[in-house]
Amino acid sequence: MTPFKNHRGVLVTLDRSNVDTDQIIAKQFLKSIARTGFGEHLFHDWRTRADGSLDSDFPLNQPRFKKASILVARNNFGCGSSREHAVWALHQYGFQAVIAPWRENPSGRIPAFADIFRNNASKNSLLTIELAEAEVEEIFQMAGRTLCLEATINLDEQRVTLHLPEEISFHFEIDPAVKERMIHGLDDIGITLKEEKTVRTFEASHQTQMLT
Amino acid sequence: MNKTLFEKIWDRHVVTTLKDGTVLLYIDRHLVHEVTSPQAFEGLRLTGRKVRRPELTFATMDHNVPTDDRFNIKDPISKAQIQALTDNCREFGVRLYDLQSDHQGIVHIIGPELGITLPGTTIVCGDSHTSTHGAFGTFALGIGTSEVEHVLATQCLPQKKPKTFKVEFTGKTKAFVTAKDLILKLIGTIGTAGGTGFVLEYCGEAIRALSMEGRMTVCNMSIEAGARAGMIAPDETTFQYLASENRPFAPKGEALEKALKFWRSLPSDPGARYDRQMVMNASDIAPQVTWGTSPGMVVDVTGRVPDPDGVPGYGRKDVEQALEYMGLKPGMAMTDIKIDTVFIGSCTNARIEDLRAAAEIFKGRKVAKGVRVLIVPGSQKVLKEAEAERLDKIFKESGAEWRQSGCSMCLAMNPDQLQPTERCASTSNRNFEGRQGKGGRTHLVSPQMAAAAAVAGHFVDIRSWK
Repeated sequence: MTPFKNHRGVLVTLDRSNVDTDQIIAKQFLKSIARTGFGEHLFHDWRTRADGSLDSDFPLNQPRFKKASILVARNNFGCGSSREHAVWALHQYGFQAVIAPWRENPSGRIPAFADIFRNNASKNSLLTIELAEAEVEEIFQMAGRTLCLEATINLDEQRVTLHLPEEISFHFEIDPAVKERMIHGLDDIGITLKEEKTVRTFEASHQTQMLT
Repeated sequence: MNKTLFEKIWDRHVVTTLKDGTVLLYIDRHLVHEVTSPQAFEGLRLTGRKVRRPELTFATMDHNVPTDDRFNIKDPISKAQIQALTDNCREFGVRLYDLQSDHQGIVHIIGPELGITLPGTTIVCGDSHTSTHGAFGTFALGIGTSEVEHVLATQCLPQKKPKTFKVEFTGKTKAFVTAKDLILKLIGTIGTAGGTGFVLEYCGEAIRALSMEGRMTVCNMSIEAGARAGMIAPDETTFQYLASENRPFAPKGEALEKALKFWRSLPSDPGARYDRQMVMNASDIAPQVTWGTSPGMVVDVTGRVPDPDGVPGYGRKDVEQALEYMGLKPGMAMTDIKIDTVFIGSCTNARIEDLRAAAEIFKGRKVAKGVRVLIVPGSQKVLKEAEAERLDKIFKESGAEWRQSGCSMCLAMNPDQLQPTERCASTSNRNFEGRQGKGGRTHLVSPQMAAAAAVAGHFVDIRSWK
């Protein structure tokens, strides 16, 4: 994986909750056996009308967001299918980070991102940033009032900064292990393979219940 | 310490905890299909790595498979993906149930059928509906392609320990209320992110009363509540399922006796602690129908399409977008919604019990004029069983199409698709926009409700339907 570098880029908002991975990359594009070529199909069904023409209302189709690299959406982003193609599509399109809000609920905090999507993102240098609902709402408001809002993401300092006449910053939490692996672009499989001896010892006494 | 079912399985699979706090979890079974595996095998090739435990790895092809003429794949890209799986399995020594095999089917249907899925094991697959296998008291989770490659190479998966959430369904379900209705009701109650970060453990009288098929339906849709996995403690129903038929990979004889002793130790200890608990009264639950584009957008069949401001867990805008896409108006009775298509199939509801339940409804009745009905068995084994019971005859006589096994219209990666604005009563698991074909409109229901809708041409309350 390539290391995640501090990033400054154009921010685009997508005012939707529960953005599922079927929307991010539609099924007809999952037939490829390559790991590349998904970016151009990002949000295909939302970007195109029934007749195949581009829907100019969809944010990514607007010229000012052509180079957007930070996506902001509502809660439960990336729900549904486990397809990593969704992460590949976002990243290959040019997105470096996705920001979404967690939700407070009487029974506890509901995470901003679906589990599998968040895991997949962390293995592809796509940063998922969870903020409070009010903070994400503020970003939506600011983006709505700005032609082309830029933001900087500093992973080391766990901070998102909006470049407005008066800069606004938000702190975000991240699993330290994920942060470490993303900053250094570590190879997950390589890390596990270093534990070969431990795995062998484990296997010697572990029952997989497989008939031999 | 008193442990939950999940903790017992988790603890015996922890290989080590790395310095950064990541747990390496040992994986007992790895299921593979054609869509999420090609880039993982390619990754192994590029790094010169091998499949560590090919004997614990099982592959089949299901997503791309045409269900009418399976040996004649017209889409060259689908064909190439299926060929890639064949080639990869041969190169890396992985067992493959291909289109010629009597065991081919939807990956989550054949695992249990073959006895690959056993209580107390860990199972992964590059597919979110891997949660299905939790019905056996298995920790089963869906993973992405990078993780598929990780498990192929190491048989381990880096994990953070999820939290536990106990969902108890008390009481008995009423007639015509199925496993599908229990899980749809739960998702409608806790929301599609209500289970995120948790492993759900389903228990209670109504869960105990379910067959293994029903339990698989419940666990299958755990992911629709955002859960990492869903689980049900194994009991006599589980043991009976595993011992009763020829399941090639399930233990037999002395090995079975030994396994049973272990399996009986798995249910959660009395007093085990959960991070969250809730109780649902199963006897209050009615047949469910979804009205929107998220599985949590669901009401009782006696209900109405909701007002945009009146849906717990969804904002006004979410509901308005969903209703616009679905072509529905608030206040409309669910039973007034007419359908064009019925799909009975998928890893949620394409097991023999589902087909028997649908056949009960179709028997002696005709499909309504203008309604297209696809009945797609989940595996070749289900297909043969259904044909031996002559269920296919019942379906065909009523005007439904009887197909070959595969994922079919659940995700429309194959020729079975909805056309724009076509409305479908579907036994599958997701009503996302375009899921069954661009512009298609999906209503999730049980097999019985789908069959009744096929006959009536619109949704009906099957409890009072004649």
